[in-house]
Amino acid sequence: MGQGRIIKVAGPLVVAENLGDAKMFDLVKVGKEGLMGEIIEMRGVRASIQVYEETERLGPGDPVVPTGAPLSVELGPGMLGAVYDGVQRPLDAIEAIAGAFLARGIDAPGLSRDKVWEFTATVSAGDSVSGGDVVGVVQENEVIEHRIMVPPALSGTISTISSGSYTVEQPVGRLRTADGTEHDLIMMQRWPVRIPRPYIRKVAASEPLVTGTRVIDTFFPLVKGGAGCIPGPFGAGKTVTQHQVAKWSNAQIVIFIGCGERGNEMTDVLMEFPELTDPYSGYPLMKRTVLVANTSNMPVAAREASVYTGITMAEYFRDMGYEVVLQADSTSRWAEAMREISGRLEEMPGEEGYPAYLGTRLAAFYERAGKVDCLGGESAPRNGSVSVVGSVSPPGGDLSEPVVQNTLRVVKVFWALQDTLAYQRHFPAIDWLTSYSLFLDKVEPYWFENVDEHFRARRDQAMAILQRESELAEIVRLVGLEALSDEEQILMETAKSLREDFLQQNAFREDDQFSSLAEQNKLLEVILHFHTTAIALAEKGEPLKSIFSAPVREQITRAKYLSAEDIGEYDRILSDIDTQLVAGGPAVAAAAEVNA
Amino acid sequence: MTREYMTTRDIVGPLLLVENVTGVTYGELVELEFPDGTQSFGNVLEVNGDVALVQAFQGTRGSNPSQTKVRFLGRGLELGVSRDMLGRVFDGMGRPRDGGPEIMPEKRVPIYGQAINPMSRDFPDDFIQTGISSIDGLNPLVRGQKLPIFSGSGLPHNELAAQIARQAAVLERSDDPTRVGPPMEGDFAVVFAAMGITFEDADFFMTELRSTSAIERAVLFLNLADDPAVERIATPRMALTAAEYLAFECDMHVLVIYTDMTYYCEALREVSAARKEVPGRRGFPGYLYTDLASLYERAGRIKGKKGSITQVPILSMPDDDKTHPIPDLTGYITEGQIILDRNLHRSGIYPPVAVLPSLSRLKQKGIGAGKTREDHADLSNQLFGAYARGIQAKELAVILGEAALSDTDQAYVHFADSFERLFIQQGKHEDRSVEETLALGWELVALLPRTELKRIKDEYIDRYLPTKPHEYHPGEADTNMTPGIPAGRDGMHNEILGV
Ligand SMILES: Nc1ncnc2c1ncn2[C@@H]1O[C@H](COP(=O)(O)OP(=O)(O)OP(=O)(O)O)[C@@H](O)[C@H]1O
Ligand SMILES: [Mg+2]
Repeated sequence: MGQGRIIKVAGPLVVAENLGDAKMFDLVKVGKEGLMGEIIEMRGVRASIQVYEETERLGPGDPVVPTGAPLSVELGPGMLGAVYDGVQRPLDAIEAIAGAFLARGIDAPGLSRDKVWEFTATVSAGDSVSGGDVVGVVQENEVIEHRIMVPPALSGTISTISSGSYTVEQPVGRLRTADGTEHDLIMMQRWPVRIPRPYIRKVAASEPLVTGTRVIDTFFPLVKGGAGCIPGPFGAGKTVTQHQVAKWSNAQIVIFIGCGERGNEMTDVLMEFPELTDPYSGYPLMKRTVLVANTSNMPVAAREASVYTGITMAEYFRDMGYEVVLQADSTSRWAEAMREISGRLEEMPGEEGYPAYLGTRLAAFYERAGKVDCLGGESAPRNGSVSVVGSVSPPGGDLSEPVVQNTLRVVKVFWALQDTLAYQRHFPAIDWLTSYSLFLDKVEPYWFENVDEHFRARRDQAMAILQRESELAEIVRLVGLEALSDEEQILMETAKSLREDFLQQNAFREDDQFSSLAEQNKLLEVILHFHTTAIALAEKGEPLKSIFSAPVREQITRAKYLSAEDIGEYDRILSDIDTQLVAGGPAVAAAAEVNA
Repeated sequence: MTREYMTTRDIVGPLLLVENVTGVTYGELVELEFPDGTQSFGNVLEVNGDVALVQAFQGTRGSNPSQTKVRFLGRGLELGVSRDMLGRVFDGMGRPRDGGPEIMPEKRVPIYGQAINPMSRDFPDDFIQTGISSIDGLNPLVRGQKLPIFSGSGLPHNELAAQIARQAAVLERSDDPTRVGPPMEGDFAVVFAAMGITFEDADFFMTELRSTSAIERAVLFLNLADDPAVERIATPRMALTAAEYLAFECDMHVLVIYTDMTYYCEALREVSAARKEVPGRRGFPGYLYTDLASLYERAGRIKGKKGSITQVPILSMPDDDKTHPIPDLTGYITEGQIILDRNLHRSGIYPPVAVLPSLSRLKQKGIGAGKTREDHADLSNQLFGAYARGIQAKELAVILGEAALSDTDQAYVHFADSFERLFIQQGKHEDRSVEETLALGWELVALLPRTELKRIKDEYIDRYLPTKPHEYHPGEADTNMTPGIPAGRDGMHNEILGV
């Protein structure tokens, strides 16, 4: 390859000329330190390059060397538990070389070249295989079996293959294609990040991604393979919610992209995840997690790349047949990175300075979510899925801005965070009136089979109560609670109970952070049972005061802290409601005592 | 390596376009000499072929195209650092401003710094006792955090920041979950950076620091209102470079206070406008977020290093508007914010901390058994919840009259008033220990029926709720609690504690 020269440096953007036959989106090495960059525009002999590292002290005349390959990630054993920057440099390797501060020009491969893995072949010589077929497995850690697949574009007959110990680059066998050429089979694949990995077809997703967060699972569920967004002003709880999903959801693999956010949040994950036990596998959460950490003070071009790096890894695990959940925090910082680069390219800006292609890029990203019939596996068909949750950080919390609006066009779940709720420390501050999930009908059969035939009805009833509360609240504000009928006053109390005893969930309390679907259903049943019983009783003329002072209400408040083993406790509360809420029953007696 | 040119073509605002240059690099430090003899530093914002775009930190007044000497110095903008910086005052470019001698630097460090590898960070979890209840009790600061003060003109943010600087102490870990450890001796330093504030404001800080002889452990970088505006882009970076040296090479716990971020951002906007960049909201450049992050993210702790950098930036919100891009983007980067409120200030409450929209995101890691006390988190959640409820009830009372409120709501109204006057309110020189703050909190929640204390674990209620609850009964003549009680808060504290 030839060598070009820099002619212009403006922040993260470098213009070079005479790069030979380099192509759009090829990687280049910039300057004497060989900083990584990507060609993003070509005019005549000039190429504009976004550089993934700081460009301080680069100048005209410095060399630029094309690599002839696009920006790609390395896929193979060794990704789980790793922490990468936006272009898949392992941050631990960089730390080992450069210390606590990120020096530039350090290159370290995404997958360790020294580490030896135990490979067990699952096909034999003479078998014919095609792209995506699993040819063997590596038990990457206690939890995840890493399935080694034939690269998507390859097919033919296995000529040799043998189990044994290999590094990711050593051939585990050979494959002969139809035209007779022999290919080494190695455990590592490379894939260009901007191109979605292929699959046979997308299939409809209907199994909920259970997150353990009640407001999400019961009211606004996401499915495995679905895409959702979580917009909200600063401090409203985007990151905490995403961490909750990363921690407790029933996905098999979690990819977390810290895209232009805080360093300490990454540290938090790094320190916490190895200590936390995955409720499904019983092993530390870090074993199923890959982190992409391109924090706000790391180079902006690498931030732009980070979401692609993350989603490509997610697709790779999906192709193995796993259920993957990917979190991008925050997609707004990604959009801003695009805007900054676009500005330096002097492109015509669209809305609010964002490039005109903002919407297309966002849509293309979220389209990479989905449940699929995986490539290969003709003999053993398999499904895999990528669910995507992107946070959005709208300026001033204004949801009409372009990133939110373009995102809402493509995602089916909208968890709207409200700062007013956060100020009241109502967490998660997900606004139950404006949020939505278009997957409700999809998950209903699953709920029916696996949770409770009445769960959907309960959910809808609770939602209706909350909706009605917001209408009645207006009246109360103007004329006071007394203006409401008994039934309406009971409804107001039930709504409050729904908010405080069901929707509110403290992510930092061990006895509250996770609720199974079964517990969510029971808790809802309890709250609604009190509601119906109270209304019936009030109709019989029982004073509200005595109904509301039933001691069982205290139990309802604390029900969310019950542990999974105590699920029987809910039935006790249900029967306590029945025994206490009878005309002239213990509640009334108790209340009479208090009033005396 | 130095090359000198007199080939300036255009001068636009703080920018110079210099032609026919060779070997110039992006970010290179430039020395400018104007025909009248004045000098300015600058750096290269863009280089295109043989044309360099230079931003002049001290402005371009007195320059002209043909006679301005432009020297490219072959290095970036640096600060010479040494322990001797302690006790000294520098200008916004790091030159002595106190008449003292030049620093003999141990080394020269580029002021733009390098990002901390997220792998190398240690999570901030050491509680800092500021002695201020509205912070320690509800929105605690921890070592290595970045916690800005969102304020407005005329509000006492300087007093608050100075009080934090004077009183900040770290507590020893305690083995007993029910006890708070004693304050710990430590090697601390204060780095103060002024961007565009008045002489009076800067002088106030110096006097305050002097009053506790903290000045000997302080390094000050002052760019005042009448100093060149563009220099303000360099000032906080000078300060942070000094802070990094003191923290990570001299093992000190450094508190960085910088004020006013609004002037800093305006300087960035000025340069951006002169470059004719596509403006973002309110004319600020689209990269404001990234730029601010390059400052705020320099807070933190590093594994294996003793020192730490804690940042308390101050910004005055234009028009008290939290959605203005400067507070907005700051809030998106920092680990919470302390918001000052004009209404509280008007009603005579100092510090006028609006506790509900204020937030410390590192709170859960910094408090609790061992660090402060086991009940701290639950109690603070309860105080938040009760205060929020009290405020709502007060709003209702305004429309419907207090009599229309339920007994419980009346108790909440009473709670909210007492909370503001006893908990939030304190003296400018009053240093409350965290035990005192927690005790005060418990006295206040005792104003509510016990069944309302849903956010506190039963065992804590049993252990800490004062036995003689000062329970409030609607309509009860309650002289201790009437609003508008003047100073002498300690007396009131005793009254509510019943001593
Ligand atoms: N479910 C929850 N339980 C308890 N506290 C919560 C919860 N969600 C959020 N919080 C509180 O709100 C704070 C802010 O949350 P978070 O950091 O997730 O906000 P964010 O929306 O990501 O803000 P930013 O846009 O600035 O990153 C947390 O530090 C925590 O104190
Ligand atoms: Mg966040």
